[in-house]
Amino acid sequence: MAQPSHKPRVALFVTCLVDIYRPSVGFSAIELLERAGCTVEVPRAQTCCGQPAYNSGDRADAKALARQVIEAFEGFDYVVAPSGSCAGMIKEHYVELFADDPAWFQRAQHLRHRTYELLSFLVDVRGLERVEARFEGTVTYHDSCSGLRELGVKQQPRRLLASVGGLELRELPGAEVCCGFGGTFCIKYPDISNKMVEDKAVEIEATGAGTVLAGDMGCLLNIAGKLKRRGSAVQVRHVAEVLAGQAASVPPIGEA
Amino acid sequence: MQSTSHAFKDNARQAVGDPRIRKAMGLMKPGFQDRRARALSRLPEFERLREEGKAIKDHVLANLDVYLERFESKVVEAGGQVHWCRNAAEAREAILGICRSIGARTVTKGKSMVAEEIAINDYLEEQGLTPIETDLGEYIIQLRNEPPSHIIAPAVHLSKEDVEQSFREIHTWMDPARVLAEPRALVNEAREVLRRKFQEADVGITGANFLIAETGSTVIVTNEGNGDLTQTLPKVHIVLASLEKVVPTLEDASTILRLLARSATGQEFSAYTTFSTGPRRPGDLDGPEQFHVVLVDNGRTAMLGTEFQEMLRCIRCGACMNHCPVYAAVGGHAYGWVYPGPMGSVLTPSLIGVQEAGHLPNASTFCGRCESVCPMKIPLPKMMRHWREREYESKLQPAAYRYGLGIWAWFARRPALYHLGTRLAAGLLGRLGRGRGRIASLPLAGGWTGGRDMPAPQGKTFQQLWAERARGREAA
Amino acid sequence: MTSARDQILAGIRRSLRRDAPAPSDAQACAERIERHPRNLIPARAQLPHPEQVELFVSMLGEVAATVQRLPGLEAVPDAVADYLASQNLPAELRMAPDPDLEGIPWERRPTLTITTGRAEDRDPTSLTGAAAGVAETGTLVMTSGAEHPTTLNLMPDTHIVVLRADRIVGTYEDAWDVLRARGPVPRTVNFITGPSRTGDIEQTIQLGAHGPRRLHVLLVEQAGA
Repeated sequence: MAQPSHKPRVALFVTCLVDIYRPSVGFSAIELLERAGCTVEVPRAQTCCGQPAYNSGDRADAKALARQVIEAFEGFDYVVAPSGSCAGMIKEHYVELFADDPAWFQRAQHLRHRTYELLSFLVDVRGLERVEARFEGTVTYHDSCSGLRELGVKQQPRRLLASVGGLELRELPGAEVCCGFGGTFCIKYPDISNKMVEDKAVEIEATGAGTVLAGDMGCLLNIAGKLKRRGSAVQVRHVAEVLAGQAASVPPIGEA
Repeated sequence: MQSTSHAFKDNARQAVGDPRIRKAMGLMKPGFQDRRARALSRLPEFERLREEGKAIKDHVLANLDVYLERFESKVVEAGGQVHWCRNAAEAREAILGICRSIGARTVTKGKSMVAEEIAINDYLEEQGLTPIETDLGEYIIQLRNEPPSHIIAPAVHLSKEDVEQSFREIHTWMDPARVLAEPRALVNEAREVLRRKFQEADVGITGANFLIAETGSTVIVTNEGNGDLTQTLPKVHIVLASLEKVVPTLEDASTILRLLARSATGQEFSAYTTFSTGPRRPGDLDGPEQFHVVLVDNGRTAMLGTEFQEMLRCIRCGACMNHCPVYAAVGGHAYGWVYPGPMGSVLTPSLIGVQEAGHLPNASTFCGRCESVCPMKIPLPKMMRHWREREYESKLQPAAYRYGLGIWAWFARRPALYHLGTRLAAGLLGRLGRGRGRIASLPLAGGWTGGRDMPAPQGKTFQQLWAERARGREAA
Repeated sequence: MTSARDQILAGIRRSLRRDAPAPSDAQACAERIERHPRNLIPARAQLPHPEQVELFVSMLGEVAATVQRLPGLEAVPDAVADYLASQNLPAELRMAPDPDLEGIPWERRPTLTITTGRAEDRDPTSLTGAAAGVAETGTLVMTSGAEHPTTLNLMPDTHIVVLRADRIVGTYEDAWDVLRARGPVPRTVNFITGPSRTGDIEQTIQLGAHGPRRLHVLLVEQAGA
């Protein structure tokens, strides 16, 4: 695609899990966005997209948090999140929350059209075809549910990973099956969640890959927690770290 | 049927550790998912047919009274009768009344989920009749006195050894030396026994996949042919159907039939799709002398016009449960009532109350796979979320969970305080996991750390590091 | 006291937030039934007739039915007798009382014992015609009536069907047009796609669950009878 002449201003929606658990994913995202010709800013007034409240049936808190996000992220060319789940919440569900509130509905609509998950923004909006990065080893990829089914994130990470020197991608059977994280689901139904992630871990190990990648911290924490408990040597990372060439500088998730 | 849906969490805990459920659920992918995917790959119009199927059902729901009245008048014209029933009790009474009117003793049954809903077998037995399930899977679970665990494969949780054991226990006339190790032998044994039952029966009860307003026909779809024998050999054929099954025309039924088998079993078409219109005609050499349609509401009209209306498009194909990772982890019995899996998680609270079935709409990760495979494009996760909203409004969720959520939301609405809190949490957890990068046990997170480690945070929050970086730049 | 029927209909109208269907809606429903318009028809079976026949034959094979093509009805007795012999089945048939079938020169194979009527429990093999064959999925359309008892489709272990090739149509909708042209819909219309089967034991497919184990189609090319 033709590059616009000016540098688009992108606001990074950090996501609460990246903020607390893994800032390196946020910095990798910024690195990738800057290399793709964007100016990146991080609005200070962000906390959470409101999904835990929304999916718990608490519409009032979900709306309050949605208003907070809408206000904090107005005025940018784009909003990008290193998570299909949070981007999906902003893109697909805010409008549902404000279906009976025309003023906020319109603002939610406006935000919706400018919000993207990181990989789909890089590939679909910025037209990125390759990255400058090396990663020695075999990786497999888990497709996070919201990114996959709400936002159509499937080929974008694979296309960029194909350009990483030294990296071999081995597809994961059942890559599109949920890992069992599910936000508050893993708290409410730990036995089922644990069973689901065990099945996922077994399939990951069976690929023989040295590293498993995904685009959502929730899934990654869940998968890493299970693999490490099983004593597995498979390393777990957010795909942005590998694409930004920053994997060498931070330990994998759940390792020191 | 008696519900154990309120005990879902305990049911599920036991199920995830049950090796028999593990083995049975392992067959779901090759048995259902792969076959469906193959069938879809051969029909490029499938997506457009989904849109059309949805449109047909939406049109029917908006004109349900019109089509039901038309259906009834055509049934009567063909010599049949329609019995309108508001609830399970009325449906049971209607069926018993028909059976009594001819002095029936034995009743054969094709598979019908509405029959499970109204627990007709138990009722008929109490009244001194003998109901016999004729779908092989239903027959097996009837022998075992178990409920179905899947809406189209009721005995999917059982192994062939389980079936052999049941046959040996109940078919006491069988030669003990007879070899029943293979599915073929088990099928033959059931065929012999049930063939006699078909011929003895006075009444045959089937369900209906469709009711056709144009002709007054009822439609059943089976692979075994059991439904056909059930409705052809006895003197009386009773069709037990819920009222949202009506479609306008034979063409509309044909469109949805193109979706049904492919979604359910991955077949291009089921072996037997049978359209029945009234009783036998003058000159016919076989077929029932009486034709009754027991038309059941049992909560459907109360769903019309609500946020759950779209659930009434469901054609009971089972694709949602065949693709559900939660169903695959716990099996069908854990759900505790007639309808398991995602469609059950929406429908069950509507039919037996959210107080009883409140767990079900919560037991989903919202992975969205059910909606993506639903031939009727029912937004199942969205409707489960609507149930959660009703539960939240009625304060039905556990108090600790509500308080936790409330406290979290209070902080999340105050970014400055929130950032302070996350700094403390990240720092604390980071120190707990120092050296290993993970935490093996954490108070208040036992559900997580019971089976998983908790990866440790990197130490500082992103916001902290971003602020430090900004200060560094200013200083430079 | 109002009847359950009236209460249910009133409940529906309440849920739909109207007292009665708008006349225009009622009219639209009536017209839809009257005109029974077709919805989307898959491209698969929209073919010239000879290709529909080929598709029908190949789809029959996919559902484990067998098929033999014959030049005319006079070839049916040999085909039936040879098929029964090849399957080690007795040379007995319960045949539908269908003038088309009765007109076949059965005397060519005098060893065949043929009775007509509805099926009885121990009948090993039935022989019927079919109102249509649907190419799209290899589906046979059987209609009940004095000339075609439904039990013949269901009870014997082996079901042999004589189908004229010119009765093969592309789609289910084509089959409905054929049936509508004959008059009111009969008591039973069976769409039969392959022999009876079940996957209820460990999801392994077994043929002959309750209905026929074998479905053998004799496809007669020449219009004949």
